[in-house]
Amino acid sequence: MAKNDVGKKSRQFVIFRLADQEFGVDIHNVSIVEKYMNIARVPTTPPHIKGVINLRGEIIPVMSLRAKFGLPEIEVDDDTRIIIFKFNDVVLGVIVDVVSEVAFYDEENIESVTSITNDRSLDYITGIAKHEGRLITLLNIEKFALELMEKETAER
Amino acid sequence: MMDMNQYLDIFVEEAKEHLQQLNTSLLQLEKNNKDKAILNEIFRVAHTLKGMAGTMGFVKMQTLTHHMEDVLDLFRNERIVVDSDMVDILFECLDALETYVNTVSLSGQEGNEEFQSVLDALANILGTNKGKKKTASIENKEENPTEEFKPVSEKLRVEFNQYDANVIRKAFEADMNVFEIHVELDQGCLLKAARAFIVFQILEKNADVIKSVPKVEDIEDERFDLEFTVVAITKKDKEFFVNEINSVAEISNVEVTQVLPQHLDVETEKDDNSTEAEISGTTDKTQDENQPVVRTYKTNKTVRVDIERLDTLMNLVSELIIIKNSLEASFENVDIDTDSIEYLERITTSIHDAVMKVRMVPIEQVFNRFPRMIRDISRELDKDIELHMVGAETELDRTLIDEIGDPLIHILRNSADHGLESRTEREKLGKPSVGNIYLRAYQDGNNVVIEVEDDGRGIDASKVRRKIVEKGLETAEIVNSFSDKEVIDYLFKPSFSTAEEVTDLSGRGVGLDVVKTKIEALGGMVEVDTVWGKGTKFSIRIPLTLAIIQALLVHIGSEKYAIPLSSISEIVNVQPEEIRMVREQEVILLRDMVIPVVRLNKILEVPDSLEDQKNITCVIVKKGDKLSAFLVDSLVGQQEIVIKSLGKVLSNIKYIAGATILGDGNVALILDVNSLAL
Repeated sequence: MAKNDVGKKSRQFVIFRLADQEFGVDIHNVSIVEKYMNIARVPTTPPHIKGVINLRGEIIPVMSLRAKFGLPEIEVDDDTRIIIFKFNDVVLGVIVDVVSEVAFYDEENIESVTSITNDRSLDYITGIAKHEGRLITLLNIEKFALELMEKETAER
Repeated sequence: MMDMNQYLDIFVEEAKEHLQQLNTSLLQLEKNNKDKAILNEIFRVAHTLKGMAGTMGFVKMQTLTHHMEDVLDLFRNERIVVDSDMVDILFECLDALETYVNTVSLSGQEGNEEFQSVLDALANILGTNKGKKKTASIENKEENPTEEFKPVSEKLRVEFNQYDANVIRKAFEADMNVFEIHVELDQGCLLKAARAFIVFQILEKNADVIKSVPKVEDIEDERFDLEFTVVAITKKDKEFFVNEINSVAEISNVEVTQVLPQHLDVETEKDDNSTEAEISGTTDKTQDENQPVVRTYKTNKTVRVDIERLDTLMNLVSELIIIKNSLEASFENVDIDTDSIEYLERITTSIHDAVMKVRMVPIEQVFNRFPRMIRDISRELDKDIELHMVGAETELDRTLIDEIGDPLIHILRNSADHGLESRTEREKLGKPSVGNIYLRAYQDGNNVVIEVEDDGRGIDASKVRRKIVEKGLETAEIVNSFSDKEVIDYLFKPSFSTAEEVTDLSGRGVGLDVVKTKIEALGGMVEVDTVWGKGTKFSIRIPLTLAIIQALLVHIGSEKYAIPLSSISEIVNVQPEEIRMVREQEVILLRDMVIPVVRLNKILEVPDSLEDQKNITCVIVKKGDKLSAFLVDSLVGQQEIVIKSLGKVLSNIKYIAGATILGDGNVALILDVNSLAL
């Protein structure tokens, strides 16, 4: 902690893995990380919406990042986690292969992606962190939630 | 200065209640302008509001209510006959007071609005009366024998019952003085009870207080306006009390009147004619009339509770029901005594009922504003409209009450504007010139039904047909094949208005579709029944509560779904060959009724549903008076379920009304019968 307080600006991220790629999300939006649990399918939703879970009495919609990114689905195992995100009053669970760590990255080690490309699929990506030789894609999960809500209002 | 902010909420709440009362009474007054009880009630409300405004330091409100009181006093004494214009002015006063109260609730201040025009109108009534006063009072003499009853000496404010009279007579015998002491406090007095307390201390040191109006307890609890009157027996003289009491701060006026034997004679004479029971009765009554300050609420004692606390309580009850369901599930396969589980079940159901009841409020709260609205509309449109309200006591969940108002306003305006014919038109048709609108509310099972019915011209289906074609929504051929009912359903489509001319009230083509959307969002539905020339009836059906319902759990494939029990009419088993095709729609025949079939597994895209079983389970659901047959794989059973939302991301998913947590912790989705049924 101490070294991060000195001068440099740093942010804390939850790091998880999908297939062989590492992703990071801002810890401020993460409310809790849960083991995989039973999901009830909700009809007429996009394929990456797996359904809803009962998290201690609260009903929370859950999406699969693998499905969203077009990766093949894998069997649920002991490492499978659901990360519960909270953006104001919007709650969304995201299924990931494994949650590996919580880490601090200095702002100076984070590169913005907009400078590299303007590919629309990269809207979800806020930046890329370089850390001990690894490249970690930083995601903006709120974008997924907003996208879902927009789609619904459009359908109505 | 004391901090008054803590009282603001109470002030606003109470003021609103009083204004509502005022509204009701004014409407009654208009119908029955001679009724003294109504006038007294209005006076009481104005007086109470004046007191409240004074306490809070809202000078403008106080001035207005003060002038209202003056005018009302003239009405009460029959110096002026109340007519419609006078009621109009009083309504304007009401509006002004409402504006004040609303400003107070928003800002804590009464605002700068003076409502000079209203004050002028009131002053006008007062002014014109001065000239007439003499003749009026002469006329009144005969009708008002009590006026002549005035005692020979100075009139007293208090009336004595026999007991008081005896005590006072004894005092006379003992050569004591009996005084009636009337104390008025300063308008701005904040600690009224405290000032009164000091006055009482002075009195009790020097005299025996035998009577107090209002009662001593009421004074202690500050349940009095700015004045009170006591009767005291003492050896001291008049001057002493005048000086002593005047030395107390915030006292604006002290009147000490000597009670003389003739005061008693007059009263006892009257009393002697009646039995004792009646004496107490009459005195009580006169007290009420003299003391408009003393509240006479008809309702029971109540506690104001923040709605959020009720919501918390409701959530806890929901949790309790979930855990009860889970206990039940875990005991299902264990061979133990289930008495205690059953007992638990009964208790949780009772708690749920009790909490629901706490959240229930009479629909009167919504209905109350309608008489005024209809009155205004009837003046605006120059139609005679009579609004009949039935079942205002019907109770509805608090959250629904807030939502139901706007749709109802819309339908009522619609009925008044489009439904009812003009006066001449009605006369031509041989109808009574007064148009009637009936507003009814009643409970029907787990639903509350609200009906708005008018005896106007009804909806012309052929006109609607024409309009559908004109708007290019359907071709003439298709429209002609529709039944009248189907045609009339088009009224609920967006941008559809058949009004020939756009009026200020309705007919802008926005409306009924909004009403429909709103009601459906509340889990309810709207229907229209109309007879051309006879009238139209809108029926709104909404669930009593949104939180906890009885539901039937069904299996579709490996998934479980809940269907609200209130929308299920029956369950039947059919053979696969009994499902027939009629006009490209699968149907079953049930007691000569053709019921469309909804294959839930197809619509809900259930992956592993059983196809073509031997015996198919059909859940027959009703949507309004139409039936549909939902095909399910098997039944699980009936259960009390807690409705939860799917969360913001998945709000308004088609076919799904919400989710619930089952005993085993799994989630079951609740089907939205309205959108699934055909």
